[in-house]
Amino acid sequence: MQHAEIVIVGAGMVGGAVGFGLARAGRRVLLLDGGDLDYRAARANFGLVWVQGKGAGMPPYQRLTRDSSDRWPQFHRELAEVAAAPIDYERKGGLAFCLGAEEFEARRGALHRLHNQLQADEQDCEMLDRAALQGLLPRVELGPDVSGASYCWRDGHVNPLQLLQALHSAIGRLGGRVLAGHPVNRIARSGQGFRVDAGKAVFGADKVVIAAGVASGALAAQVGLDVPVRPQRGQVLVTERMAPWLPLPASGLRQTAEGTVMIGATKEEVGLDTGTSAAKAAFLARKTLQIVPKLASLRLVRQWSGLRVMTPDSHPIYAQSQSHPGAFVLLCHSGVTLAAVHADRLAEAIDVGALPLNLDPFHHRRFSADVRQAI
Amino acid sequence: MFVRLFETEARAVSVVIDGRSVAATEGEMLAAVLLRTPPFAARTTAVSGSPRAPYCLMGVCFDCLAVVDGIASVQTCLLPVRDGMRVERQAGRREVWK
Amino acid sequence: MKASDRVAVLGAGPAGMAAATRLATLGIAVTLIDEQPAPGGQIWRGIECNRDGALARALGTEYGDGAAQVAALRASGCTLRFGTQVWQIEDGWQVFLKTRDGLEVTSAAAILLAGGAQERPCPFPGWTLPGVVTVGGAQILMKTSGQVPAQPVWVAGSGPLPLLYMSQLLALGGRIAGYLDTMPRGNLAAALPHLPAALAGWRDLRKGLGWLAGLRRAGVPVVKNIARLAAAGTDRLESLSYRQRGGRDVTVPAELLLVHEGVVPSIHFTLALGCGHDWDERQLCFVPRLDTWNETSRAGLFVAGDGAGIGGAVAARLRGEIAAVGIAHRLGRLGEAEAARQAAPFRRALARALAPRRFLDALYRPRPEVFAPEPDTLVCRCEEVTAAQVLAAAGDGDGGPNQVKAFTRAGMGPCQGRQCGYTVSHLLAGRQNRSVGEVGFFHIRPPLKPVSLGELAGLQVEESVP
Repeated sequence: MQHAEIVIVGAGMVGGAVGFGLARAGRRVLLLDGGDLDYRAARANFGLVWVQGKGAGMPPYQRLTRDSSDRWPQFHRELAEVAAAPIDYERKGGLAFCLGAEEFEARRGALHRLHNQLQADEQDCEMLDRAALQGLLPRVELGPDVSGASYCWRDGHVNPLQLLQALHSAIGRLGGRVLAGHPVNRIARSGQGFRVDAGKAVFGADKVVIAAGVASGALAAQVGLDVPVRPQRGQVLVTERMAPWLPLPASGLRQTAEGTVMIGATKEEVGLDTGTSAAKAAFLARKTLQIVPKLASLRLVRQWSGLRVMTPDSHPIYAQSQSHPGAFVLLCHSGVTLAAVHADRLAEAIDVGALPLNLDPFHHRRFSADVRQAI
Repeated sequence: MFVRLFETEARAVSVVIDGRSVAATEGEMLAAVLLRTPPFAARTTAVSGSPRAPYCLMGVCFDCLAVVDGIASVQTCLLPVRDGMRVERQAGRREVWK
Repeated sequence: MKASDRVAVLGAGPAGMAAATRLATLGIAVTLIDEQPAPGGQIWRGIECNRDGALARALGTEYGDGAAQVAALRASGCTLRFGTQVWQIEDGWQVFLKTRDGLEVTSAAAILLAGGAQERPCPFPGWTLPGVVTVGGAQILMKTSGQVPAQPVWVAGSGPLPLLYMSQLLALGGRIAGYLDTMPRGNLAAALPHLPAALAGWRDLRKGLGWLAGLRRAGVPVVKNIARLAAAGTDRLESLSYRQRGGRDVTVPAELLLVHEGVVPSIHFTLALGCGHDWDERQLCFVPRLDTWNETSRAGLFVAGDGAGIGGAVAARLRGEIAAVGIAHRLGRLGEAEAARQAAPFRRALARALAPRRFLDALYRPRPEVFAPEPDTLVCRCEEVTAAQVLAAAGDGDGGPNQVKAFTRAGMGPCQGRQCGYTVSHLLAGRQNRSVGEVGFFHIRPPLKPVSLGELAGLQVEESVP
């Protein structure tokens, strides 16, 4: 039976980032990834490394997000170097377009409330009226309804698939392993450590990290972690490649380094359904053409959907099991933005064997019993 | 590369390819006309700028894309020609601002 | 069955036309949809324009047979939607169409997918150069434009289609520089045990022999058992090279090369709709799992024609007839016993039509090189991904085609894996020592044909889910 110091169940954004951090610290890590057609939020990501608008009602999450955003450039450099692979990443700020005066004011109000909750010294967001916005996007002919946008200097974007591949590659180069096609069905205590059963093979581990996205609930329950997690579908449109025209990412619209335009995303409670709908495609197209009407002639090449890993308050769950010390569960739907803190702070915590106090707000005990039942 | 063998009953028309007038027959596929007209390519790719010409002629390869009457990324193997059709070979990535 | 029940038939080739005509005869409302401007599918492309004359004669009797079918279709009263693409199908069934006027949606009580087959992707170095065209593509040019190669043409591949095309080309006075037969040694020996069963379809076999004899009479150079085909040139094809049976490498100047390595069912719709598929080891392709009425694993969704498994035009027509009876039965228009009675003669004829299949499949089984191209060969034409890059992305363990797609972009272009999907799956199967059936295929995403954002914005459709 193969043994690793740490087995990470799930080689997506969260498992990959934590695995990279642990491998970098010299730990022997083994990542067990699921089947080719499993529900993979990590392959269904918009690619934003995003701060603005996040964490309403939970200042620790705002702080975590800001921290991760600030660590991202360093994380990117180190990862790209170890993986010896390109990762298209830019941090030049990001936008959230507003249509009409009401939306503009509502956005301003929401960001103001967030700022007050955080009680930070500096504001990283500002509202741009139409003229100021147009000044930032000289090549773009904005639609008549565009009233402006909120802008946050901390925001950026990355190619999420290159990121995922780089994480896998880096782990391999640091002496770890990522095994595809090895979905785990059983985790049990075994002596001082754990026995992880992936059907076709069984592995021993000193510690286990469950980072299996929407499949985490059943596995976490086996080690005494009763985590409420549900899928939330988001549909995205991807167009043909264009010559560069959009210099900044926006929350529902960004142009990738290879030139495609990504348009998203919906929020649908449909269970484990990764289908797409023409109705939502039409809705997303209409919304986009309100912002930039000239995109009407652009061809849609594909429409896909992903299942966000959603908790009752939408914020992450980081927890170690009390009944099975050494077993951790890590869940979030912002695995790209949080990759930097996952690679250092979370990896360190797992290495040490305890989550620090400042991550305590993310324990799932914050959910009342009936909220957890409802899932 | 290819030549037409027969006169058919269909009406003779002309299309304009990259500014030059080319003889065709009403209703034939534009891709067929491209394959009679040097340099035979319909486009250059968005990834590497390589030239591509129609390959499968039945709509499953997407190499025959060209700009037709101002509309880009048209599958020319599925498009019957009309008199006066304006065709431009599609170069690399799309622009939409013109 | 509701009076308003309408059946959508996708594809106006032999299967689609037969099914639509039969359904109309049974009193069921039918809409027949095809992206081509006229009926005929691929085998009878342009048939309404090529009624007589030298071109029709050169195309042969098998082509001419289509005229009667098309005439029957035109007389049937089916609603015909040509120049119309289907870009999505949703439960219900909702069929999303694209025409010159924009996007629309129509509902159907049952759907028959009769989209036929496509040529098997056969990557080799230089296959993306202008000047490399498929044999099927060249035959379409012949049928729809009376167009033939300007210079003596090189043909490389294996299967009945290259032989048919070359005999048609010779009949039109065209010239062939050479036929590079890629059939590997040993295929004939492997096929011979199936010959007795194939003799029930002896007319087809005789036709094939006739084409071969015609090539010999015309003095076309034939090089057998070639390997390592490659095309070269700067902006277009300038030369091609191959390895002869004895090991000698040959390079010849060429400006047009036609290639063909058999046909495979078009499975994009059935994959996108989540139907069950089986790997057919004899035909080396995925085939949708169908019951005796040609219904897929999704209720109300049927497949007929080469899309159900490669069988040729006659088999396609018969499968169309059977599926039509099956649909009528599912919609309650025909009882069980009556449906069985109506289908019986078609089933008998289908068994005869499929008799040569095992022999032909074994005889024309592609050489392994087709599925294991050289490392620098482009596998994904759209995103320009090489075989080496595909294998590098497979990672450790049993990474599947969707991992490769995520990491290399192979399959993300407009063709959505139609030209690269099989190659990716085969490469993984070879590397991981798994069957292609276990490896699977790309996850297929809509739109099944590209639509523009403007067209989408104009689509009026109800949302059924929040």
